[in-house]
Amino acid sequence: MIKELTTPLTAADARTLKAGDEVRLTGIIWTGRDAAHKKLVALLEAGKELPVELKDQIIYFVGPCPAPPGRPIGSAGPTTSGRMDAYSPILIEKCGLTGMIGKGGRSAAVVDAMKRFGAVYFGATGGAGALIARKIKSCEVIAFPELGTEAIHKLYVEDFPLVVAIDAEGNSLYE
Amino acid sequence: MKRIIPFQEVVDAVSRLCGEAAVKLPADVLESLRSCAAKETRPLAKSFFNQYLENAEIAVTENMPLCQDTGFAVFFVEYGENVQVDGEGITAAINAGVREGYARYYLRKSIVEEPLFERKNTKDNTPAVIHFTPVPGDSVRIVLAPKGGGSENMSALKMMKPSDGRAAVVDFVVNSVKNAGGNPCPPVIVGVGIGGTFEKCAQIAKKALLRKVGTPNPDPRYAELEAEILEKINATGVGSQGLGGDITALAVHIEYFPCHIASLPVSVNLNCHAARHAEVTL
Repeated sequence: MIKELTTPLTAADARTLKAGDEVRLTGIIWTGRDAAHKKLVALLEAGKELPVELKDQIIYFVGPCPAPPGRPIGSAGPTTSGRMDAYSPILIEKCGLTGMIGKGGRSAAVVDAMKRFGAVYFGATGGAGALIARKIKSCEVIAFPELGTEAIHKLYVEDFPLVVAIDAEGNSLYE
Repeated sequence: MKRIIPFQEVVDAVSRLCGEAAVKLPADVLESLRSCAAKETRPLAKSFFNQYLENAEIAVTENMPLCQDTGFAVFFVEYGENVQVDGEGITAAINAGVREGYARYYLRKSIVEEPLFERKNTKDNTPAVIHFTPVPGDSVRIVLAPKGGGSENMSALKMMKPSDGRAAVVDFVVNSVKNAGGNPCPPVIVGVGIGGTFEKCAQIAKKALLRKVGTPNPDPRYAELEAEILEKINATGVGSQGLGGDITALAVHIEYFPCHIASLPVSVNLNCHAARHAEVTL
């Protein structure tokens, strides 16, 4: 059975999802990969305000292709999540992030934070960037425009196909 | 007299290659995905295979890159000894073609100019990595294999001892793919280099990825090794996207090269299922 899911995603909602659940996600999500995560965490550590309110939100690890004319976005599949492992726990703990979308496994520290605070990790289909682009209806740069593809974009997605790869109890499809 | 190829002719050809490679999955890769989709028994993994096939269709009909990681532009060039590219020459022409193609076809620019400190994006996806081989004749064959970071990051190379032998080679390759998990976007094509020097070994592993998917090594001993490694990789159950399944690799391609009496270098270079390449002969 495929679960329909909408954002925002509360920690309580996140805890209802189980590893292996297939999900179709609709709503606003935020992009961020290596460089944006580094900047977000630097701001947090300096005690400054973040350009995005992350409570009950989902970050999609993606660096999209440029949008061709008439399109909101170019090809937009997930990047390897492991590179964000150093940054995700603090975003879950301090900012209330409840969901992440990427590909590949996560570190024990990330899974531990997910368990303690109620967050879920979704796998998107790596290498299916053209298919995923169809599910993205709008795209707007919100922060760090100087990072180009790595800037934080606000996306509106409809029926984004995902799988719960690691749930908030720490059950993982990678094991 | 050398045959002269106009600079712009190379630029235009390379630009088109960049667009073509990013969007159009080669027929042999498509065929391999179709046959593996039929063999896969896990429902979730099967649904991923269907998404790869649908993605390949959408990419062509919408002229949208298969994957947002349109890669490092890696070229293998067979350069005729009786040919010359005029003006600034072939290296400049290939780089100009990359610059032009990555802009024209809305491809992602993924190259930083220096790896450790500033990591500033060059904003035009140059420079390309170009492997030249001089060949007799007056033509130039240019093969482009754009390489994504996710799969490239899972590469491995080990300088083994000759006494380690066949079993250790098998283990090293299988474990490299197993440890890579979902990161390189499996199902992968596994390029293996055995022999040569340190750098030659890595290069032949990459070159092995260009072979038509599933074409065995002409040497039956190496063909048998390819089949054995493929079976062991698929027995790991890593599966599509690392989320479990019967098919973790579409194929294993081994290339070997003579090596030093003291050496047994082995390298593994993975390609994701969006195994892109395109070529032109000028």
